[in-house]
Amino acid sequence: MSKIDISRIAKLANIPLDDENKNKLEEQLLETIYYIESLQEINTDGKEPTNQVTGLKNIFREDIISKSFSQEEALRNSSCTEKGMFKVKAILSSD
Amino acid sequence: MNYEPIIGLEVHVELKTKSKMFCGCSADYFGNKPNTHTCPTCLGLPGALPVPNKTAIEWCIKIGIALNCEIPLTSKFDRKNYFYPDLAKGYQISQYDQPFCQNGWIEVLTEDNKIKRIGITRVHMEEDTGKLSHKGNVSLIDFNRSGVPLVEIVTEPDFRSSFEVNQYLQKLQQIVRYLNVSNADMEKGDMRLEPNISLRIIGEIELPKYKVEIKNINSFRFVDKSIQFEIKRQRELLDKNEIPLQETRGWEELKQITISQRIKEKANDYRYFPEPDIPPIEWDKLQIDKITSQMPELPNDKLIRFEKEYQLSSYNAEILIRDASLAAYFEKAVFQSKGVLSQKQIANTLINKKINILSISVKDLIKDIIHSSKKEGIDEIELSKITDDVLKNNQKAVDEFRNGKEVVIMFLIGQVMKSINKKIDIEIIKNILKNKLNKK
Ligand SMILES: [Zn+2]
Repeated sequence: MSKIDISRIAKLANIPLDDENKNKLEEQLLETIYYIESLQEINTDGKEPTNQVTGLKNIFREDIISKSFSQEEALRNSSCTEKGMFKVKAILSSD
Repeated sequence: MNYEPIIGLEVHVELKTKSKMFCGCSADYFGNKPNTHTCPTCLGLPGALPVPNKTAIEWCIKIGIALNCEIPLTSKFDRKNYFYPDLAKGYQISQYDQPFCQNGWIEVLTEDNKIKRIGITRVHMEEDTGKLSHKGNVSLIDFNRSGVPLVEIVTEPDFRSSFEVNQYLQKLQQIVRYLNVSNADMEKGDMRLEPNISLRIIGEIELPKYKVEIKNINSFRFVDKSIQFEIKRQRELLDKNEIPLQETRGWEELKQITISQRIKEKANDYRYFPEPDIPPIEWDKLQIDKITSQMPELPNDKLIRFEKEYQLSSYNAEILIRDASLAAYFEKAVFQSKGVLSQKQIANTLINKKINILSISVKDLIKDIIHSSKKEGIDEIELSKITDDVLKNNQKAVDEFRNGKEVVIMFLIGQVMKSINKKIDIEIIKNILKNKLNKK
């Protein structure tokens, strides 16, 4: 069963989970993985790996400055600011 | 036990493009009001579409070419996922398995003056994060730096001493400045260094099973000190039969030690995957050739040419090429003073007098050198003879001087100048005359 470490995944995704939800999500994730695994049955010999399906390539912009938000606009969606900056609970590098 | 240090280096260089990596916000954020260089893209707002800055990519490739890298014809961006408040999107756009440049090398000098080749694993393009300032139990975030183009240069673990690391860093800094793609100013954070260090018993071939990465280094001097500290710390552990922990440590300048920061996350913790918002990049060879043809002369080539073309000592040539603008100034001065001044005269003046090339034009410098070389150029024996003659022929003035009428010396100086018919420093004549007058 333990194909996935749900606590670790939750931590990496920055989602706090209680035990009940951990169990529930572990089941659901496993189900998803089994479903995706059915792809392994397809013969992909001779197929190029694909990570883009748009068919586009080389989309660039020139190095030109365009208008930015004002400080007020930038901070407008935030409930917590100070001195023109976003304010969050202190994050120590140890956690 | 005898150990040798195994050191590799990751260097981040911030490019000085006008705009950011994936949006049009100004990348010149230093000293600006917080959160005034942002837009939906660099704030990570939903629905914003990143579009890569062509100039930044070309500059990244120039760095790769300067470091003798292969430039693969296909490349792409990837998402590196992690949560930290300085990262607005929850991921950083970086490059994982298809960097713009790979498998390069650079030559550095070792302590015993030998040339050694250091392998460059890869040079890739990514975006900078916002800037956090910690204040008690809160952190404040300024996203002006978020999305500024950053080039990461990773070496093989080929360094065996902090001396070699230092040589490499000097060279790298010089190269990006020559390419004019970054100011590479350590103090402003344009260049960030992360050495990784482990120790291996001399004679062994395999790499050690652990490595310690050091962060928080903002000067070349601290690199040296932190590496020295780590070598000592790890040796002590190994001598006690303990294996140092694989971890990230920060350099604490006040205490002169490194301190454990956090257990290093494994690469797969970042769950890299291809950036779906940015189509892949495919070069044709002509495009790479074009970028190659735009490369300026690099420091090493310039050094060799200066020694040969201007017959300079390697010491002098090295000083002159340290800065591309000084080198250009020197060449301009040589060209403009052809037949009048020697290359050596110009080199010596620039080096010994520490000329500030921003405050004097090439033309004025040449004039100054000619002027002062004339003043100094008079033969001392000749000058001594002339002053003797003048004193002999002007006995009256000599007597007056000796009787205390010191102003007559000006008359005597005038007589000397007349006989030389050259512009020389009055002070020199005055001193010679005084010496002779006071002797008798
Ligand atoms: Zn922006």
